[in-house]
Amino acid sequence: MPGKLKAKIVAGRHLPVMDRASDLTDAFVEVKFGNTTFKTDVYPKSLNPQWNSEWFKFEVDDEDLQDEPLQITVLDHDTYSANDAIGKVYIDIDPLLCSEAATVISGWLPIYDTIHGIRGEINVLVKVDLFNDLNRFRQSSCGVKFFCTTSIPRCYRAIMVHGFVEELVVNEDPEYQWIDRIRTPRASNEARQRLIFLMSGELQRKIGLKVLEMGGNAVVGYLQCFDLEGESGLVVRAIGTACTLEKISTFPATATHPSNSSPSKDMKEPVFGEEAPGVPLSSGPPTPLRAQTFSSFSPSKSYSRQSSSSDTELSLTPKTGMGSGGSAGKDAGPLKALLKQQTQSALEQREYPFFTLTVFPPGFLLHVGGVVSARSVKLLDRIHNPDEPETRDAWWEEIRQEIKSHAKSLGCHAVVGYSESTSICEEVCILSASGTAAILSSRFMQDGPLDTELRFEEVVSPGCGFCHIPYDELNIPFPAQLTYCYCCRRYKVPDVLFTTIDLPTEASVTGKGCLIQARLCRTKKKAQGEVNATAISNLLPFLEYELHTQLMNKLKLRGMNALFGLRIQISVGETMLLGLASATGVYLTALPSPGGIQIVGKTPSDITYEQHISNMQKKINDTITKNKELYEINPPEVVEEIIGSPIPEPRQRSRLFRSHSESSDDVSEIDLSHGKKDAFVLEIDDTDAVEDIHALLTDSPTPAGFYSCNTEIMPGIQNWTSAIQMFTSVRVFRLNANLTNQGLNKIFSDLCENLLKSLYFKLRSMVPCCLCHLNFTVAIPEDELIQVAVTAVALSFDKEQTLENGKQSGEKTPIKAITENDEQLQFNLELNAETSSSSISPKGLSEVGSHPSARDRCSSWIEQLKLKAHTIRRGSVKTTSSMEKASPLPEGRSRSLRSNRSYSGSSVAVVKMTPLSFIPGAKIIKYLGIINMFFIRETSSLREEGGVSGFLHTFIAEVFAMVRAHVAALGGNAVVSYSMKECVFMENPNKNQAQCLINVSGDAVIFVRESELELTSVQPQSATTQTSNGGEGT
Amino acid sequence: MSVELDVFVGNTTIMDKEVYQLWLNGYTVNDAVKVRIEGGVMEECEASAEVLLSDTMDQYRTFQMCERLLHHPAKLANQLLFQIPPDRQAMLIERYYAFDDSFVREVLGKKLSKGTKKDLDDVSIKTGIMLKSCRRQFDNFKRVFKVVEELKGPLVENIRQHFLLPDPLARDYAAIVFFANNRFETGKKKLQYLTFQDFAFCAGQLINNWTVGAVDNMMEDMDVDLDKEFLQDLKDLKILITDKDLLDQHKSLVCTALRGKTNVFNEMEANFKNLSRGLVNIAAKLINAKDVRDFFIDLVEKFIEPCRSDKLTSIDVNLYLTHYTNSAHILDTFKHHTVWTRYMGVIKSCILRMYHD
Repeated sequence: MPGKLKAKIVAGRHLPVMDRASDLTDAFVEVKFGNTTFKTDVYPKSLNPQWNSEWFKFEVDDEDLQDEPLQITVLDHDTYSANDAIGKVYIDIDPLLCSEAATVISGWLPIYDTIHGIRGEINVLVKVDLFNDLNRFRQSSCGVKFFCTTSIPRCYRAIMVHGFVEELVVNEDPEYQWIDRIRTPRASNEARQRLIFLMSGELQRKIGLKVLEMGGNAVVGYLQCFDLEGESGLVVRAIGTACTLEKISTFPATATHPSNSSPSKDMKEPVFGEEAPGVPLSSGPPTPLRAQTFSSFSPSKSYSRQSSSSDTELSLTPKTGMGSGGSAGKDAGPLKALLKQQTQSALEQREYPFFTLTVFPPGFLLHVGGVVSARSVKLLDRIHNPDEPETRDAWWEEIRQEIKSHAKSLGCHAVVGYSESTSICEEVCILSASGTAAILSSRFMQDGPLDTELRFEEVVSPGCGFCHIPYDELNIPFPAQLTYCYCCRRYKVPDVLFTTIDLPTEASVTGKGCLIQARLCRTKKKAQGEVNATAISNLLPFLEYELHTQLMNKLKLRGMNALFGLRIQISVGETMLLGLASATGVYLTALPSPGGIQIVGKTPSDITYEQHISNMQKKINDTITKNKELYEINPPEVVEEIIGSPIPEPRQRSRLFRSHSESSDDVSEIDLSHGKKDAFVLEIDDTDAVEDIHALLTDSPTPAGFYSCNTEIMPGIQNWTSAIQMFTSVRVFRLNANLTNQGLNKIFSDLCENLLKSLYFKLRSMVPCCLCHLNFTVAIPEDELIQVAVTAVALSFDKEQTLENGKQSGEKTPIKAITENDEQLQFNLELNAETSSSSISPKGLSEVGSHPSARDRCSSWIEQLKLKAHTIRRGSVKTTSSMEKASPLPEGRSRSLRSNRSYSGSSVAVVKMTPLSFIPGAKIIKYLGIINMFFIRETSSLREEGGVSGFLHTFIAEVFAMVRAHVAALGGNAVVSYSMKECVFMENPNKNQAQCLINVSGDAVIFVRESELELTSVQPQSATTQTSNGGEGT
Repeated sequence: MSVELDVFVGNTTIMDKEVYQLWLNGYTVNDAVKVRIEGGVMEECEASAEVLLSDTMDQYRTFQMCERLLHHPAKLANQLLFQIPPDRQAMLIERYYAFDDSFVREVLGKKLSKGTKKDLDDVSIKTGIMLKSCRRQFDNFKRVFKVVEELKGPLVENIRQHFLLPDPLARDYAAIVFFANNRFETGKKKLQYLTFQDFAFCAGQLINNWTVGAVDNMMEDMDVDLDKEFLQDLKDLKILITDKDLLDQHKSLVCTALRGKTNVFNEMEANFKNLSRGLVNIAAKLINAKDVRDFFIDLVEKFIEPCRSDKLTSIDVNLYLTHYTNSAHILDTFKHHTVWTRYMGVIKSCILRMYHD
C-alpha cells in the first residue's frame, strides 16, 4: 500500500558564495525520492534564499519509504555552464512512519558536502500520509519502533520480550567499483553515503518484518554496524531484541506496573499485609495488560510467532532438559530445576536465546553465569551475489552457535548484553561476539508458564539473586571457588563475576565503582592470506588470556569483585594485534571479599631479590588499601563473624569462555583458568612479570572529584545534577618501527592513560563528576598507527549525598545510610530465618525482610530521579505507580514544546546528547525515532584545514551539528543512547589528503526537566497520608 | 613516536576563559602552555605538561574555528556547528572585540587602510602588544567600520545590534569609527597626554550633538558624519570676534560675572580676547575637512595650553566657559543662539575632559 510523502522547501541561510563576481548565489533545490525529482525555482542573488515552495508530493510504496532517504540537493544555477552543487541533505523518513514517533520534520538542517563540509542550512518541512497496510504478504514493516537504547525505553513498559533479531545486507562498495577511477571523489563519496543510507533502510525494514512475524512491535538495543571489507564489498548488519512495548499511560487512572499485571502476584500480596493492610494491589485497573496489547497488535498476530525468520535456518534442534537442570543446588533444588526447565523450554524454541539488552525490567534477570565470547578469523573473498549473503550469514551463525553452547555449559539458557563486532585488515577479518550467560524469568516471554513460574521467582532476593550461580555446583563447568552468598546466605555465589551487562539497579553494591581497562599489544609478522589468518588465530588465545589476567589483577588491586559492561575489543593490523578490555569494577556485597595479590619470586636465594619482592608486595598492598579508601569499599565484617567462615570450596578462577576458529572449522576451546595455582599469586620468574607488575601499579588513579565507569551509571552516586557534557575524543599515535611487545604495551597503555588524563583535565570545571559510559574504540588504521576514539558523557553530581528533606515524610532515611541499612536488615532477617522459622518457607521471609529497605531506597530515588523508578525492584511496585501519576500530559507538553520552538525563529534550540539511556533530572516523555547517520568527509587541502587534527575536529563538530539539527527538526531536544559506531580515518599527508567516515546513532527524544514537572508531582505526594495506598505516596 | 592526531569535541563546546585570553593576546601554543604552567593549573588538577599542551592546542583549534563566526557575531547565535550557551557566546564576543587602550591610542583617527595595517609591527613594538593581537584589534576596528559606515540610524545602536556588544564597548567602537571616519589627528606630541577614554568621551559628545542624527535621529543620514549645515552655520559665530563692539561687550559681561569668583581673574581678563578668538576660529574653520582633523590639536593649542600656562584649575576653566557661553546670549546683536549653544556645549565638555595632565 502506498503512502504519500510531502516535502516543502522553505528557505536557506548562510549559503556559501558561489559567484565570485557578485559575491552571491543563485540557489535552487532538487528534492529527490526514489526516482522522482522535483525542483524549486531559482532564487537569484542571495545567500539567504526564500523559496517557499509548493508541497512536492511523492506517491510511493511504504517499502520504499523505509528504504530510501529523502534527498535534498542545493545547487547554484549557472546559465552557461553546469550547475554547481552546494551540498546535500539526506532525511531519514523512518521516524514519520510510526504513529508514536514524530509527525513532522521541520527545521533548519545543515547542507552538507563531502568535500567542503557544512555549507549553510536549509529549512524544510516533511510529512507522510500513510495508509493502513493490511497486506499479509507485505514487504514493509512500518510502525515497528526502533531503539538504540539497550534497556526498555523510559516511557514504555515491556509486555513481552520476544528475543533476538538479526539481519545482514551486502553490496559492492562504490569506492572499489571500476567507475571510481573516472569519477570525482565527491561523486564517489555521495554514492557511498547514499548506498549506506539505502542499505540501512532496507536492513531496518527487514528486521522490522521479523519483529512483526514474532508478534512484536519494537526493537530494543538495535545495533547496526558496517563492515568495510574493501574489495570484497560492504556489509551492513544489525542485531536487536524484539519486544512488545506498551506506552506507559501517564494518567493515574491507568497507571499500572508490569509486575502487578500477572494475577499470581496477588496471591503473594498478603505477605505485605502489615504494610498495606487490606488493599491488594489488584485494585488497580482490572484489565490485564496482556490482553490489551494483543488486541492492539492484531494485524501482526496472525503470523506464526515461532521465529525461524533468519535467512539461514539451522538444522540444529535445541536440546531440551539440559544436564544442569536435573541436578540443581541443594536448597531450592527441585524448584530451581522446574523453573529452569520451564523458561528453558520457552527459550530453546528460539534459534538464539540472545538479548542485546543490558538493563532489564525488574524480575527479568534471575541469575548470571558469566561472560561468554567467541571469535573467529576469516579470510574475506568477494561477495558474488549480494542477494544471497550466505557466507557472511554462515560465519555469524557459527559464532552464535558457539556462544549458545558456551552459555549452556554455564548452565544458562540465555545470553544477555549480547553484541557482535568485527575487525578487518586487508583480507583478514576477525568476527567477535560476546555476551553474558544468564537465566531469565519467563515473565516477559510469550509462552512462559506464568502461574507456576512466578511462585519460584519470589525465591530470589533482589539485591543478590542475580549473583547466585546458575550452574550446578557439583558439576561446575570450570574450576570455581564458591561460597554462600554474603547477602542471603542461602545460595552459592562465585568469588568473582564478569558480565557484559549494566549493573542491575537492585544490586547491592559496597562503595563506588571504577573503570578498569586491560590493554595489550602483540606484534606479529607480516603475512598474506591463509598464513596470516593462521598466525592471527594462534595469537588470539594468548592475547585474551593476558587481557583476562590483567583485568583480574587490576580488579584485585582495586579491592573489587565484579566487572560489569565488559567489552573486549581486538583489533588487527598488518604487524600487530591490539586488545583493549574495558569494564566497570564494583564490589558486589553478595560476593566474597577479594583476596590480595601475592607476589612470589622463583629464585629465593638472593637476598636483594627478596627485598625487591617484598618492596613490591608492600607497594601492592598499599595500593589496595588506598583504593579501598578511594572507592569507599568497607564491606560489613560483622556478617562474616556471625555466619562463620564460608564452606571451603575448590579454588576457582574465571568464567570467561571463548574459542577461536580460523578459516577452517576447527573450534578449540580454551580454559582461561590459571590452572590449579592460587588465583591471586603473581609469580615473578622473568622480566616480563616484573614489567607486568609495574604496569599494574602505573595505572594512575583518577584525580580527586572524578569517577569513571563504562556502564550507564556509577553505583554509589545518585544525586546527579542536570549538568551533562557528552564528548568524543580521538587520538592517533604513530609508532616507531621495531618495537618489542613490551615497548608496544607500554606505549599503548600510556596512550589510553594520557587520553583519560586529558579528559579529566578538560572536564575539571564539572567536578565533582563522573565520566559515564566511557566507550573506547581502538583501531589500526595503518601500519604503525594506533587510533583510539572515546565517546562518553560527564555527569556532575552534588557532593553532599544528602537529600532535600523538605517533602519527605519522617520514615525516610537519608540515602547515605541506605546501603548499610540494607545490610542490617538483611542480616537481621538472616538471624530470624535461622533461628525462629522452620515452618515458614524461608523464601517468604526473605521477601518480607527485603521489602522495607527496598521501599526506602525506592522512595529516595523517586525524590531524586523520578525517571528511574520503573526499573526498581519488585518490592516497590506501589511507589512506582505513584511516580507514573506524577508525570503529566506528555502529549500536550510535547506539542507545546514544539510550537514554542517554531516561534523562537532564528535562535538555535539546544539539543543534549548522551550515550546514556536517560537524562539526569529529566523525564523522557516521547521517543521520536532512531537517528542513524553516516557521513564521509574528504579533503585534498589537508594543511589548509589545519592538518589532520583540524580536519577531524571540524568533521566531528559537523557530525554533532547534523545530529542535533535532525533531532531538533523531529521536534526533539535530546539524543539518548548516542554512540559513534564507526570512525574510520585515513590520511595521506604527502598528497595533502585525508578521508574520514563516521557512523553515529541514537534515539531522538523529548525530555522535560523534572523541575517543570514538580508542580504536578506535588499532588500525589500530598495524598500519601492514606496508608491504605501503602508506600505509594513517597 | 608521536601523537599524530588529537582532538576533543564536546556537544557543548568547552572553552577555557584563560586560554581564550592567551589566544587573543597572540601567544603561541607553546608560550601559552608556559604561562599556564606558571599559573599553577597543573598542580591544581594533577595534570602533566603533555596534557596541558594537548588541551591548549585543542582550545586554540576551537578558537580558530570559531573566529570566522566571531567576525559576524550575529551568526554565532544561529549557527549550528558549535553548541555554545548564550552567556558563553556573549563572553566570546565581548573578549574578541575588547582592545587595549594603548593600542587604540596608536591608530585612533588613522585611516583603517592596508597601509596602516602594515605599520602595525611598529605599533606592536611600541606598545608591547603582540603583533597578532594588534592585527586582530585592527581588523575588528576595520570590520565594524565597514559594516556601520553605510548604515542608517544611531551609530552606537547599530554597533550594538550588529556586533552584539555590551553598551560601553559599543560606545568605544562608535568613537573609534567616528574618529577613523573624520580622521581626527590624535597622534601629535601635544595630544599624547590624552587617553583613549578622553577621546572616546569627546567622540560621544560630538556624535550626540554635532551629527545629523543628533538633531533628527530617525533621518536617513548617518551618525558618522558631522552635520554639514551646522558646520556652515558655525561660520556665523565669527561675528563674536570680528565685531569689535560685540567682542568688548562679551568680555565685559564675562568679566563682571567672574570678578571675585576666582584667583586667576586677572589672567582671564587679559587673555579673554585671545581665548575667544581661538574658540570662535575653531568653529568657523570646521567646515573644512582639513580643519576638522585638527580639531583636538586646535583645542589644545588655542585654549588648553594658554589656560594651563596661566595656571587655571579645571574649576576655573569650567567657570570661565560657563560664563563665556551664557554671556553670549545676553548680547543684543548676537542672533545665533541655537548654534552657539550646540557648539559651546560640546566644546565645554570636551575641554573639561581634556583639561588634565
